[in-house]
Amino acid sequence: MNRLTFFLPVVVFVALAGLLWRGLYLNPRELPSMLIDKPMPAFSLSTIDGQPVSNADLPESLFLLNVWGSYCLPCLVEHPTLMRLAEEGEIPVVGINYKDREELALDWLQTNGNPFAFSISDNSGRFGIDLGVYGAPETYIVDKDGVIRYRHVSVLDETVWQEDFLPAIAELRAESGAAQ
Amino acid sequence: MTTRRLHFFPANLAALVLFTAAALAMLSWPTSALSQVDTFEFDTEVQQQRFRTLSNELRCPMCQNTNLSGSTGGVAEDLRREIHRMIMAGWSDQEIQQFMFERYGDFIFYRPRLRAETFLLWFGPLIFLVLGAAAAIAVWRKARSFDESEVTLDDAEKKRLQSLLGDRRRA
Repeated sequence: MNRLTFFLPVVVFVALAGLLWRGLYLNPRELPSMLIDKPMPAFSLSTIDGQPVSNADLPESLFLLNVWGSYCLPCLVEHPTLMRLAEEGEIPVVGINYKDREELALDWLQTNGNPFAFSISDNSGRFGIDLGVYGAPETYIVDKDGVIRYRHVSVLDETVWQEDFLPAIAELRAESGAAQ
Repeated sequence: MTTRRLHFFPANLAALVLFTAAALAMLSWPTSALSQVDTFEFDTEVQQQRFRTLSNELRCPMCQNTNLSGSTGGVAEDLRREIHRMIMAGWSDQEIQQFMFERYGDFIFYRPRLRAETFLLWFGPLIFLVLGAAAAIAVWRKARSFDESEVTLDDAEKKRLQSLLGDRRRA
């Protein structure tokens, strides 16, 4: 008993140090989204080519929702991954052109290629606020019922795709398969 | 033995007081004295004051270490515009805070709401302080209640004590 209380401070210190040590390596930008398991906020906007678009136009399957902008350099980094996903038909990708201008957005897609089924234009950033967006790039996984299931802040490269998105998507697909 | 423990403790106490003072000083340091020049128009002085208070107490989600009023970030600009719109539309402070919470969570508040998830954040330091103080008091009381005259040694123990003390003096 005495020996135990003698070592208690050391035990507490080691436990606390371990906890804080782990905390040092957490990414402070990875904040939990408030919208997980909530339906996508209602919107009635237009696409960057001027077509009216609302919740009813969203894919009726699992899809990615990617927040991007022509001004956004990290978006260029993740662009090849989104292009590959679109080309291989792995999962539909819907874009949100966040706080950008249509002509710049269209130019950017012309130059770099367009991985998006369509891009919703959110020039004002108002829809971004409803989604709890911090800034481009961000990527969400939305299910066939329009419910947000997963969120990733910052670049979605091949590593993130393999390590985070593939398992999450597999799980969501298994879940919806079991439900049917 | 008694005196050694008693000497040891005040040094610790001084360190604790110093550390606490330093921690308090850091906590009270102003986070940001700067603010973006707002171009928003208000009908009343009260509305303007509410806008200032809200944008000072809400954190910019993008830049993480500035409040909304001090940030040039795109999303901070949008959120300031939203706050202005909501104030002008007659929303209460609680409604505006709820709006922010539903979208950005506890993170948006510099003073997070008291909820089960934020309990440790609010009271963790206090819990540690109380535990530490309890431990310190326990050690101190034990050291004070130690009475040398109660200790009796038989001859063998006295001999061993002598040799131990002797060893220490030589070392």
